[in-house]
Amino acid sequence: MRKTPKIINDPNACAAELLDGLVEAYDGEAKKVGAGSIVMSDLPDGKVALLVGGGSGHEPIYHGLVGSNMADGAACGDIFAAPPPNIVLEATQAVDRGKGVLYLYGNYAGDVMNFDMGAELADDEDIRVETVLIWDDVASAPPERKEDRRGIAGLVLIVKIAGAAASTVDSLDELVRVTTKARDNTRSVGVAVAAGSIPATGEPTFDLAEGMMGVGMGIHGEKGVLVDPLCTADEMAPQLLDIVFGDDLEFGDGDEVILFINSLGATTQMELLILNRALKPLLAAKGIKVYDTVIGDIVTCQEMAGLSVSLLKLDDELKKYWDMPCQSVGYSKM
Amino acid sequence: MSKANLTLDEVVAMLDRVADKIIASEPELSEADRNIGDGDHGLGMQRGLTAAKEKLAEGGFPSIDKAFMAVGTAMMSSMGGASGAIFGTLFRAGGKALKGQDVFDSAGLATFLQAAVQGVQDRGKAEVGDKTVVDAMVPAAEKAKGTSEGNLTEALAAAADAAEGGKEASKDMVAKFGRAKTLGDGAVGHPDAGALSFTIIMQAMRDYVNE
Repeated sequence: MRKTPKIINDPNACAAELLDGLVEAYDGEAKKVGAGSIVMSDLPDGKVALLVGGGSGHEPIYHGLVGSNMADGAACGDIFAAPPPNIVLEATQAVDRGKGVLYLYGNYAGDVMNFDMGAELADDEDIRVETVLIWDDVASAPPERKEDRRGIAGLVLIVKIAGAAASTVDSLDELVRVTTKARDNTRSVGVAVAAGSIPATGEPTFDLAEGMMGVGMGIHGEKGVLVDPLCTADEMAPQLLDIVFGDDLEFGDGDEVILFINSLGATTQMELLILNRALKPLLAAKGIKVYDTVIGDIVTCQEMAGLSVSLLKLDDELKKYWDMPCQSVGYSKM
Repeated sequence: MSKANLTLDEVVAMLDRVADKIIASEPELSEADRNIGDGDHGLGMQRGLTAAKEKLAEGGFPSIDKAFMAVGTAMMSSMGGASGAIFGTLFRAGGKALKGQDVFDSAGLATFLQAAVQGVQDRGKAEVGDKTVVDAMVPAAEKAKGTSEGNLTEALAAAADAAEGGKEASKDMVAKFGRAKTLGDGAVGHPDAGALSFTIIMQAMRDYVNE
């Protein structure tokens, strides 16, 4: 397969250079800290802090979710690699305003180990840290093994709620409670139709035969758990919803949800909109009311083709936080 | 000519050789990871050991434990990812156990590997059979325990063979950790990339003392 031409400089400097460019895109609202973190420039004293992070190469997440009523900072790793503990510590110290720091990130072995080590270093500095892992991908493990599930695009909705809550609540425990509820009310499922590539080598992250789709694909290009011939958008919509509805969280008559249709990179807005057209009547038929629709490429894996569908089930409290305006490079809401 | 006990300078030279070997193995490691993960293990190891080489070149180590630990710290802080945490811990925990030893001998190898296994398992929670680096480390550590009174050349040769055996055995395992775990049986037939890296490390140490 032909390698995708990349408009870059040194292939091994992509993570560092994109972070520089991202900081510039904030026009002063956020700044670079230490070896690989981005942090809001003016964080008020006494604010409960929200720190996100993960490997680079999935822009705009995670670092692009730093913003007002969003994450206070992000610890950024190299391409597809969790940030090392020293970077996690630098970010933690930069966002802490005395009320402690919530680590919110996707459930991947490398992220967990490195953030845990960062939390141990933060503890040495007397900074209180709590962790909520994002595991919204229903296709990655059965419901009784949630701790084995990956975090995928649903993270955007969870970070949005957590960011609003972090600007409002006055204790870390309260932020943990709200964020955990948002996490537990979110389910996602993805489909991949073509691999992205590793910028440094140009090699695809996995092999998927042409004309096939990998259902349950992770954002790092892990192989899907089920491979089928690619179907139409109208055929895909019920298939994806069935996987979500087959999970342990009930979605039923009268429920209000946020619907997020995410492109993994190469899949176009056109395709997402065509899928949205197919999803809406199916949700309506179940009596589910879509309170807000988010469509975009926010959780990506380079030029990977594919998409994911996420549903966040609202209650009055989550709706209050969802309704708050927010601004970041990756996601903004009026 | 083979070496029996390594001095501090020789330990640094050996670690530098390990770094060279891993850096040169990047395509092989990336390919191994591409089969069951996301294909970036080789690049991470290359980045980590390039940073380790720089630390080794700076020198100034007061003792051999600090040389091993410097490699671990350089890997941990430059790599990130699961590999950075695991291999950083491997060299740091193993190195720490060598505190107070003036030379690196077969007993030191056994001490290093035993502490490294403990550190890696504490961090990553993997057991033998989970298709991780532990599957190559545990047989090597056990072999080294049995050869800790012999000479270093033979001990390293035996440990490297044991690591290789463990790496090969990992082919038939179903992954329980990392990105490969969601593949289930799909990863069977491929060795764990971390186990391959560890085997290359042991082989490079063996080759250094055999020169």
